[in-house]
Amino acid sequence: MPFFAYALLFLFLPSGQVMVGAFRDVDGGFTLDNLRTLFEEPYRTQFRNSIEVSLVTALLGGLLGFLIAYSAIREGTPRFIRSALTTFSAVAANFAGIPLAFAFIATLGTIGVLTTFLADLGFNPYDHGFSLFTKTGVELAYLYFQIPLMILVISPAIDGLRREWREACASLGASSFQFWRHVGVPILMPSLLSAVILLFGNSFAAYATAYGLTGGQVGLVPIYIGYLLSGDVLDNPHLGQALAVGMFVVLALMMLLYIPLQRRASRWTR
Amino acid sequence: MATVELRELRRVFGDVVALDGIEVEIESGEFLSLLGPSGCGKTTALRLVAGFDRPTSGRVLLGGKDITNVPPNRRGIGMVFQAYSLFPNMTAEANVAFGLKVRKDPREARSRRVAELLELVGLADAAKRYPHQLSGGMQQRVALARALAIEPSVLLLDEPLSALDAKVRLQLREEIRRIQTRLGITTIYVTHDQEEALSISDRVAVLSRGRIEQIAPPAEIYGAPGTPFVAEFVGTMNRVQATVGDPERGEVEISGTGVAVAAARGKMRGERVLLLVRPETVGLEAATDGGGLVGEVVSHTFLGAVTRLHVDTGTAEWSADLSTERASALPVGARVQINFPAESAQVLSLGETEELPVIDPDDR
Amino acid sequence: MRRWIAPGAVIWLLIGAAYFLIPLVATSVYSLKSNQTGTCCTLENYGTIIHDPAFWKSIRISFVLALETIVIGLVLLVPTVYWVNLKLPRLRPVIGFLALIPFVVPPIVLVVGLLDVFRGTPDWFYAKPYGFLVAAYVILAFPYIYFALDAGFRAIDVHTLTEASQSLGASWRTTLGRVILPNIQGAALAGALLTLAIVMGEYTIASLSTFDTFPVYIQYVNENQGYPASALVLLSFGITWAAMVAIALVGIGRGAQTRVGGA
Repeated sequence: MPFFAYALLFLFLPSGQVMVGAFRDVDGGFTLDNLRTLFEEPYRTQFRNSIEVSLVTALLGGLLGFLIAYSAIREGTPRFIRSALTTFSAVAANFAGIPLAFAFIATLGTIGVLTTFLADLGFNPYDHGFSLFTKTGVELAYLYFQIPLMILVISPAIDGLRREWREACASLGASSFQFWRHVGVPILMPSLLSAVILLFGNSFAAYATAYGLTGGQVGLVPIYIGYLLSGDVLDNPHLGQALAVGMFVVLALMMLLYIPLQRRASRWTR
Repeated sequence: MATVELRELRRVFGDVVALDGIEVEIESGEFLSLLGPSGCGKTTALRLVAGFDRPTSGRVLLGGKDITNVPPNRRGIGMVFQAYSLFPNMTAEANVAFGLKVRKDPREARSRRVAELLELVGLADAAKRYPHQLSGGMQQRVALARALAIEPSVLLLDEPLSALDAKVRLQLREEIRRIQTRLGITTIYVTHDQEEALSISDRVAVLSRGRIEQIAPPAEIYGAPGTPFVAEFVGTMNRVQATVGDPERGEVEISGTGVAVAAARGKMRGERVLLLVRPETVGLEAATDGGGLVGEVVSHTFLGAVTRLHVDTGTAEWSADLSTERASALPVGARVQINFPAESAQVLSLGETEELPVIDPDDR
Repeated sequence: MRRWIAPGAVIWLLIGAAYFLIPLVATSVYSLKSNQTGTCCTLENYGTIIHDPAFWKSIRISFVLALETIVIGLVLLVPTVYWVNLKLPRLRPVIGFLALIPFVVPPIVLVVGLLDVFRGTPDWFYAKPYGFLVAAYVILAFPYIYFALDAGFRAIDVHTLTEASQSLGASWRTTLGRVILPNIQGAALAGALLTLAIVMGEYTIASLSTFDTFPVYIQYVNENQGYPASALVLLSFGITWAAMVAIALVGIGRGAQTRVGGA
């Protein structure tokens, strides 16, 4: 089938090339040195930063996205809010990269609209240790697509929460908190876990937003790969490939963590 | 156990009146069914009692106390839903224990009570299973046990059998009644299935368009329907328009033919009435030339021990249940004479302009 | 059940709305500031953009890229998804898994591999956006088109439609062209619009393989001029928004929308 041939040529071949290249030295011989380098500075910090940014935005984005999605779906909220939110989330989840970075510069940059507004109120965030061009700033911008992505993937699961469960809980004397603790959250847990892992991967792979925001000044793995690719650092062409493999490994480790958690959370479905 | 009183209960959704001021008193330990087609307000009424919804006006009294504004989790009312209400993340056991757990019963007392209840609904050996490993009927048993675990003062059941197979439905319905009688718990049962309501209840309230049409013991609902709606909705009924002929002797005229109907006594001569006759009281004989109500057999419907014959008199169609053996003597096309005992028929006055109620067959 | 909106819901929805609208408002305010003096309010930034030939060139490149990606993606995937749904339902999980791979392989990694593998291929492919870049974009668009199509195919009864068509004497080609395609139009359109939105916004691969697409142009303006970039950002947002609203209007995009990714 032409489709499989295409996937082989443009997806698996390049990925395989990266894998293999990571184990080659400059002369083409086999080596583990490239991967060993990943545990040295600055790569070590870059990986730590990337993982930290991804974890923070996945968890925070997951939580906020869930709360917003639930607020829109729950009984009493007018229907048009739900559909407006869905469309808007689809836009925002795809509105990443350079334009998003710029929108945040316009908002919270040194002369951003919100910054100047706050400064006029006597609270300039830049006087209090905040800067948009740091890890915190990147996290703030990433949340702009993480939250909507969470809204999109978790809404169907929230729809699946039956009214009967809530009402049965109430008739059995449970408070709203007890409902969430014993019924709501456990039932949603498999979906929540999947969603958070998706968010993690999404943020871990992101390049353009961080690049547009900091111009390559923030120490994240994709940024450095980009720097190697576009730049003049030609001493070891395999370093970029090693970093790429490192990213695969991190994602694989996340999956290893995720699978047993998921199994535990969904044991009642089997 | 407690009494339940619904006082002038009204619930309006937007411009739809779901419940139009209903008034019911349920005695302690009584089993009352709310029966009616979909959209008649029966479920709305139940949800008001449970506290999932608040009435637009009117009150709900439990054991004489006004609970209209008490939230559902402080009412102590047990509820069984139509289906899929078990918490899917908990075993049968944990489901039953849930109400006891949230009110912090000690562990031993809890597990004793759970075992007792699973025993009561006949599921002692399914305690460790998750809901998706249980059949629909078993799930509803667990739901019943769960509702009963907290020793509620009232048990509410919202069409608990409608999602089940016919056979399981029959069996479970008898079991519900048996358990209810044993515990003596005040019970409100919502259903659209008239047979179910009649077979299980102490009293049945028939609802239509947010109003109670009739509230009475099953035998009375069936034998003496109070309104044309009830007559149509409950059981199969021949409904024929007639005019009162001689009120003294008890005679009505059906398209010019005089028929003896005891219930016509005391009506006004010439009054337009609706004559109600159950098919099982209708007798058919091969027509002679002696007059009377005569028609032609148009079809047979085999129902097992009895066969229902449809007879067309030209102005109305009659149904008559005969023993299958007798029915075979009156094939399709046969001319037959219709008769029924004068005491068996009901007569309802029809207003001059009142239309016959029409019921969507899907609602039955 | 008509009840009042819960206060908690109001708070979260307001927080969400603020988070998402403030950057847009800020960008709009920026776009009205003068690039020389930094004061409000003028439309000169929009003028600067419109009169920049590089703008028209980059947007044309991105748009043609998107169309090309859509056509190739659909040509590859429609028969595949049809065939899998009809004849090889066992392959469904396999292809579904394949469709998730582009989500797992970060674009930055993909571009590393692609540049490496295809270095030295003829110029008409390697040095032209319509060759190299499209090849990469089809892979990026693959999950979006696949899930949209799959939802579309699942919504119709492929078996019955195919059998009905063939029992009436239609050939395979007629069946696919006259019966199946009209029924999955909506799904295909949803996939196409998603692809459009993605390609019009993709920066990572384009910039690292040094092609001047629309997002690369935005970054260029951003680095060199400041305020006019905000006009471009709004335009970019508008394109994404139009694509998503179109999907919502097509209606069948539901299955696809729930899998919309970011970054």
